[in-house]
This record gives sequence, structure tokens and C-alpha cells, in this order.
Amino acid sequence: MDQSKIRNFCIIAHIDHGKSTLADRIIESTGLLTSREMQAQVLDNMDLERERGITIKSQAVRTVYKAKNGEEYIFNLIDTPGHVDFNYEVSRSLAACDGAILVVDAAQGIEAQTLANVYLALDHDLDVFPVINKIDLPSADPERVVNEIEDVIGIEAQDAPRISAKNGIGIDEVLEQVVNKIPAPKGDRNKPLKALIFDSLYDSYKGAIAFVRLMDGCVKKGTPIRMMATGATAEVVEVGYFGAGQFIPCDELSAGMVGYITASIKNVRDTAVGDTITNAENPCKEALPGYKKVLSMVYCGMYPADGAKYPDLRDALEKLQLNDASLNYEPETSVALGFGFRCGFLGLLHLEVVQERLEREYNLDLVTTAPSVIYKVHKTDGEVIDLTNPTNLPDPSEIEYMEEPIVSAEIMVTKDFVGPIMELCQERRGRYLSMEYMEETRALLKYELPLNEIIYDFFDALKSRSRGYASFDYEMKGYEKSELVKLDILINREEVDALSFIVHAESAYERGRRMCERLKEEIPRHLFEIPIQAAIGSKIIARETVKAMRKDVLAKCYGGDITRKKKLLEKQKEGKKRMRQIGNVEIPQKAFMSVLKLDEDK
Amino acid sequence: MNKKDRSLGIYVHIPFCVKKCDYCDFLSMPAGESEKTDYVRALIKEIEECWEKYGCTGTEFKVETVYIGGGTPSCINPAHIERILGCIDKEFEHADREKTEITIEVNPGTVTDGMLKTYRELGINRLSTGLQSANENELKALGRIHSLDDFLRTYYAAREAGFSNINVDLMTAIPGQTEKSLAHTIGLVTDLLPEHVSAYSLIIEEGTPFYERYGTEEKRPFDGDEERDLYHMTVRLLEESGYERYEISNFARDGFWSRHNTAYWTRRDYFGFGLGASSLIGNVRYRNTRDFESYVNRPASPDIFDENIILSRDDCMDEFMFLGLRMSRGVSKAGFESEFGIKPEAVYGREIDKFKNEGLLREEGGYLSPTDRGTDYGNYVFAGFLR
Repeated sequence: MDQSKIRNFCIIAHIDHGKSTLADRIIESTGLLTSREMQAQVLDNMDLERERGITIKSQAVRTVYKAKNGEEYIFNLIDTPGHVDFNYEVSRSLAACDGAILVVDAAQGIEAQTLANVYLALDHDLDVFPVINKIDLPSADPERVVNEIEDVIGIEAQDAPRISAKNGIGIDEVLEQVVNKIPAPKGDRNKPLKALIFDSLYDSYKGAIAFVRLMDGCVKKGTPIRMMATGATAEVVEVGYFGAGQFIPCDELSAGMVGYITASIKNVRDTAVGDTITNAENPCKEALPGYKKVLSMVYCGMYPADGAKYPDLRDALEKLQLNDASLNYEPETSVALGFGFRCGFLGLLHLEVVQERLEREYNLDLVTTAPSVIYKVHKTDGEVIDLTNPTNLPDPSEIEYMEEPIVSAEIMVTKDFVGPIMELCQERRGRYLSMEYMEETRALLKYELPLNEIIYDFFDALKSRSRGYASFDYEMKGYEKSELVKLDILINREEVDALSFIVHAESAYERGRRMCERLKEEIPRHLFEIPIQAAIGSKIIARETVKAMRKDVLAKCYGGDITRKKKLLEKQKEGKKRMRQIGNVEIPQKAFMSVLKLDEDK
Repeated sequence: MNKKDRSLGIYVHIPFCVKKCDYCDFLSMPAGESEKTDYVRALIKEIEECWEKYGCTGTEFKVETVYIGGGTPSCINPAHIERILGCIDKEFEHADREKTEITIEVNPGTVTDGMLKTYRELGINRLSTGLQSANENELKALGRIHSLDDFLRTYYAAREAGFSNINVDLMTAIPGQTEKSLAHTIGLVTDLLPEHVSAYSLIIEEGTPFYERYGTEEKRPFDGDEERDLYHMTVRLLEESGYERYEISNFARDGFWSRHNTAYWTRRDYFGFGLGASSLIGNVRYRNTRDFESYVNRPASPDIFDENIILSRDDCMDEFMFLGLRMSRGVSKAGFESEFGIKPEAVYGREIDKFKNEGLLREEGGYLSPTDRGTDYGNYVFAGFLR
């Protein structure tokens, strides 16, 4: 394979700027697929991704492009997730590429994630060229955006293709620039095998499938390989490249190529993402720099709605983890919810994605507790605990002090909304750092914010207070001492462990009050009155009451109604089954997620 | 299920009315004479061929009650009613024709003295009529076509014609209704001394004009508590006037229970004839199609069943309980045992204990019966008996 005819690249963009659509157009235009074969968005083959318009799992596709110079080029397009939660996955995709297309929305211009992703790409020494998308929008202003890219990011943008991926305008120009602006790989096929695992997948027939970028050397069926970090060895069974949505076997992968390797590897952990594959008999001297181990930032409890489904949930989590190294979990027990798992996630979106995949792909009905960050509890005896579940907070008398995680946040917002957004950050205990105007109408705000203030509904609040004009990115900064208390919820005078959460002392009263109000709406009336109380320690700080139900009866039931009325009663009974029994109170599953919605409809 | 002399109820559905009321979700529509004639022809064919349709023979059935409901049966020519009853007499054996309870529903203002006389001559001995409210504004709110005067005229005329068993329907939670106007309506009715009163809270059913008007939470004329207060007042006033609440929504004086409806709650066999009519024969529940064309073309064909559900023994037990507990006297423990060969406690012991503890059920004289509280929370109790 002639490396000069290979282009390995990815597309980076802020969410909704049209990355997946452009990827589709590239795949279409390079002609490996007919339009009929195209699914709406070829790269996003998970249902969930299509519905939310986001790309979760990085994937790759290989296409053939006949350039204007008459030569055929192999394009390996490696898809990257756009969301801040998945920075880690972005970074591993980037390492497999030689260049990147930066897609910027012609109307919205640069957003917080655009910057974050460009910096990440530049960190990986990628050549980046910009593309201005959505030029057909009435509000499009490509020239302004070109200047913005040059001013803010500092890359040449005058000849950026002006395109509409949606309507197929300007795609040829993008393809030509891929050939001309993205460098060919510079590996050496005569050196020992050195391949980066940038993703892996478990298939029940083939075992672990490693997605690789070959830096040097070559690999084919029968090559003895060794994973340099894990030390696992195996013999290659099959190599190949990525068709759209399918694996296409080939004879050999060589330096510069992107493809996959299978070797009857039973355990996906043996093909750890970031590891280097080499030839076991002729190894390379040094492994490629790996990725740093990703840390979970947000935790929550996940419980099967039906306790008997606990083993199913365990199996599902195991399987999900095979393809999602950033998910971790361990068993835990709740008085209210029974057996379940405390799961760790990259962020709230990651949490939601996992939750939805469990529900959809594994057909599980879940109860999820309020998400929590990791608090550091310094005990009087000198011990320091990483607290992921509020229930495990030691007795206050044993606590010297507590620390909470703080993030550095960058918020980009048009100047009309600077006020409301600063107010929001203030409410969320933000520490103002700076504000700079990137151009006349847009400002970049820098804040330090406690992570636990942004994991619930910060994105939603940001969007609603800026009418959608603010974008947001953050990274972990570290831990700071903070006045934190545990808020407990009592329903009919019984403490419900799954509803406890940690909150800053100053907002405890407000949160407790709103939590009670919210639960009052969620808990149906019973035959008796139900007090709902919020407490810190033994002190009650808020109370609401669910009044007793007055009636629950079908007034009419004659000869023609019996079957229908019976069905209604069965439905009512079914509904009850899906509730959680705490003492003699039945609580709907979604009440446990109430805390997430505390800031809605204020 | 081969008992001798199975007592039988017959329901006949007349799906026509002068104008559909705004809250009505029954199978009913205004229609012209020729449609009515076609319909009655189909109805008679269904009755004549019912034995083939349901695959049974009539020998062991003895008719105890007939109920002609709707819609508004009084909006078809009494000659039609005569043909229908004649056909029933021809095809079925009565336990005692003289004592068969034969009810017809009439709308105030749609019956003449002559019609009432004819009904009596046909052996119809029970009349059911809907006053709903004695307040003209409330009647207007409901979209009813009658006035209080229409009702009174019909009521006195029925007495005059010799009806000694009359039911009056009342409604609570009508938009605009107050405690005062409701008390006035009830007072007026109880002064007339009808043998039977049915009182319902207005239910806003989907697909009715009322649903458009009052369907959402904010638009409901009454909240749950107010609605319940009005109903409790209704129960109290009726009981004070000598009416026994023998079922959730039904009240009778001097033992004038509706025998026909009681048969539904005690799971006796019944044939339903007409559009969308339901039947229970042995352990099968049937329902005719609700499509007028299909029914009129093939009334006696088994392929027009919308519903044909074979009940398991467990289903029958569950029904026995949740239907029986609609009645104040509740279910007979001995009745259950003779029907199923097992004591109710052996099947529902846990539920029975739970509901007794919650003050919803009590046991007296061999009957398990709902308390007043149990009646208010009927669904909660009924659902407990479904397995």
C-alpha cells in the first residue's frame, strides 16, 4: 500500500454543527455506497445516537476517492464524539489521525466545544483545516466566521470551503482539501509492527476486535502479536478495514493504514484502548504513548425496577463495559431500592446515554438515584474517604472537613446574555475569573464552579437563560474545602436512603424545600395522609403533605363494561407493581430522579 | 357449567337517540326511520338465530329479566318494541312471564301517554328515566334536550299508565352545580317516591364534546374533593329519605333492586342483543361489533364478535369477587364455595386480611362486604382481587 495515497483524518465540531452529516456526504461522494444503502447517518449506527444527534462511540470508515488529479486515495474517516463528556474518546480518535476537518456553523460561529476540540487536535500535532457549514441558513455569515476562526483560533481560513452538508453543497471542495491539506502517513512498513489500539469492540463470534492505526510494520493472518501494556499475546486470525457499518477482511494491514485485528481474544481488557500492538517475535523498541486512564466524575446508583432483574442488570453492565471502558460500577445495596450498582460516569450525558442503552438495548426498567460527584471526606482520625454514595457519609462527629471537586469552566455567550449567565454562575457558587470579548458581540466567560452544581441541570439552565446562545466546556481543576451537609428525605417518617444527597450548607434549605414540593407532586395519593420531610441530621428543615385520597372507584359497571373495567383495574394494579414500597407508601420510580428537576418551572 | 334452569337476563340495545348528549360516550346516534327499521330487522334475526351464533341450546335457560336500553329505546316506534319482545317470547322460556322484570329506558319528553300505555300492555313493568338534574342551567350544561317539566310530565304519565317500578337517574358534579342545587334536585326526586335512583358523578370521557370543554386538569368543574363531597351528600340525602344504597351508584326503597343489573354483579348468564351488546354465557364473554353496517348485514354471524373471551376458573373467581363487592351486601362466602368448590379465604386470604385491617372490608352473616370507606376506594379493593 502506497502511504502517499492514504489520508487518515477526523472531523471535529461543536455539537449540532453538522459533523455527522458531513461524514455521510463524504461517504456518499466517495461512492462506496449507493444512496439506497445509506442509512440516514451511516456512522451513527446506534439508535440512540441517531435520535439525539450525537456520536457516542468512535468509529471508523474507509472509502475510496478519485481526486481531480486522477489518482485514487484511501480515506480513513475516524468519527469522534463531540461532547465534552467524551473528551477522552476524542483524544484517542485523534491519535489515530494525521489531520482533522474543523466544521464550524456559518451562523453560530465558534463555540466552546469548537475551541476545546481544536486545542485537543493541535495537541496531537494534527493539521487542521476549517470548513464553514450551513451556508444556506438565512442567518449564515461565513465571512464573519472566517475572520473569527483566524482571530480566535489562529488558523488560516480564507480558503475554507463554504458548504452545506445537508444539501450537498461544496462537498467536492472538502474532498480535494482532504487530499491536499491533510498529510499522508509517514510510517515505515519495514520496521517492526507498531499499531495503536484506538478502540475495541467485543463480538461474540470473533472475540475482541481491536481497531488499530498502524504506525510502522505490517500485520496479517498468522502474525504472532503482543499487546505491550497488558503483555497478552495471540495469533492474528483476521485483519481488515472498515466498510460502512461492516468489517471487510483483507490480506494485510501495513504502515499508515487503519483497520481491525481479530485474534480470538476472549477478554476485551486484553485489547485495552491506547495500548500498542507489536510483533511478538520481532517487537518494536518503544510503545506509543498511551492515554491517561479516564476517571469517573459522576456517580449514581442504578437499580432494576424489578428486583428479580438484578442478574440481568449485572450482565448488561458487564457487556456495556466491554465497549465502554469509561464506565465503571460496583455492587451496592439500598434499603429502599434493594440490590443494584453504584456506577461511575464521565459526566451527566454519559450517565444518560448508559441509562438509555441499558433500558433500550437490554430491555431493563431502571431506577436511577440522584447523581453525585466524588467528595473527599477528611475524618478526625486522619483517614480520607472518597465518597461516591451520600448514604456512606460518616457521622458528622467523625468528620474533620470535606472537600468537593471544582472545575474550570469556559462559557461562550453573546453579549446580550452575559448578565443572565453571570447570574446563573453566581447562583451555582461560581467564582468569576475573567471575561474577554472575542469579537464585538461575543464574550468568553471563565469561571470556577463546583462540579456538583453543574451535574444536574446546568446545561438546561444555560440554554434557557441564553435562549440557546451559550456554549459551555469544562475541565477538572481539583478539590476545595467546602461546607457540605447531607440532606435526608423522610417519607411517612421513614428515611429513604436512595433520596439522600449532599448539598452545600447554604442551599440546603432551598433544596430541601423544593425536593419536598417535587416529591409531593410525584407521590400519588394513598388511603392515608403522607408527610414528606427534608432533614439535616435530626433537624427537619422542610415539610409537605400528600393528602389522603378521597375516592378511587368506577361508578358504573354493567353488562357491557365488565371486560373494559377489568382491564382498567389490571392497569392500575400493573402501575402499582412498578412502584417502590417504602414502609406502606408506594413511590413511583421516577420520584427517585426528582432531585434532577429541582430547577425546572421555578 | 351444566346447571339446570339457568336463570337468564336479556339485554337489548337500541343505539338511537334524538340528539347525543355532550357527555355521552355510549354507542348511540340520531337516525332516520329506515335505518331504525333495518336495525330492528337485524336485531330480530340475531335473536332468532342466537342459538347457532352462540352454539348452545335454549332448553336450560329461564328468562328472569329483560332490559331494553340504549341510546333511547323510546325514540323508536313502540311497534318495534312489540316485535322484539314478541320474538324473545318466541325464542326463550320465561321462569314466569308475569314476574319477568322488563325494563325500558325512556327519555323525558320522548314518550307519549299512548306509548307508555303500549309498553304496559307489552308486559314492560319497569321504567328507567334520566332526570339528571332539576336545574335548567345544569340540564343545558349537559346538553340534554328535556326540561324539568318534561320529566315531571313523563313521570306522572308513567304512574298513570300503571308503572309501579320506576328508576330515576341523577347526576352529580355537573358544571355549575352547587350543594344547594343538588339538594334541591334530590329533594324534588325523593318527594316523587320513585322506587329506584341511580346517582352518578359526571365522568368526563375522552371523545365527547365535554372532554374538549372540561378535559384538562385546570378546566375540570370540580376537584376530587369537591366531587366527593357532593356525592357523599347525595348518599346521605337519599339514605335519609329511605333509600338503601345497595350498589356503588344504585339506591332502592322497599327492596326494589334492579334485578337485571344485580345479575351482572352476581355473574349470572345474560344474552346481549344489538349493536355492541355484550353477553356472558357460561365462561365466555362476547361482544358484538360496534360497526353499524357489519351488524345490520350479519347480525347472527359469529364473525361479528369484537370480543370472545374464554374465562379461566381463576378469572371467574376474580370476577365473582370484584363484581360482587360492588354491592353493599358484598359476596356470599357460601355462594363462592358452591360455585368454585373452594373457600374464598383459601384463594384471597392475604388480600381479605389486608383489606379488613385497612377498614375496607368487613365480614357479617356469611358475607364479605365493603365498608363505606371500602366503597369509596372500590378500585383499590377490586384490583386486589385480580390475579
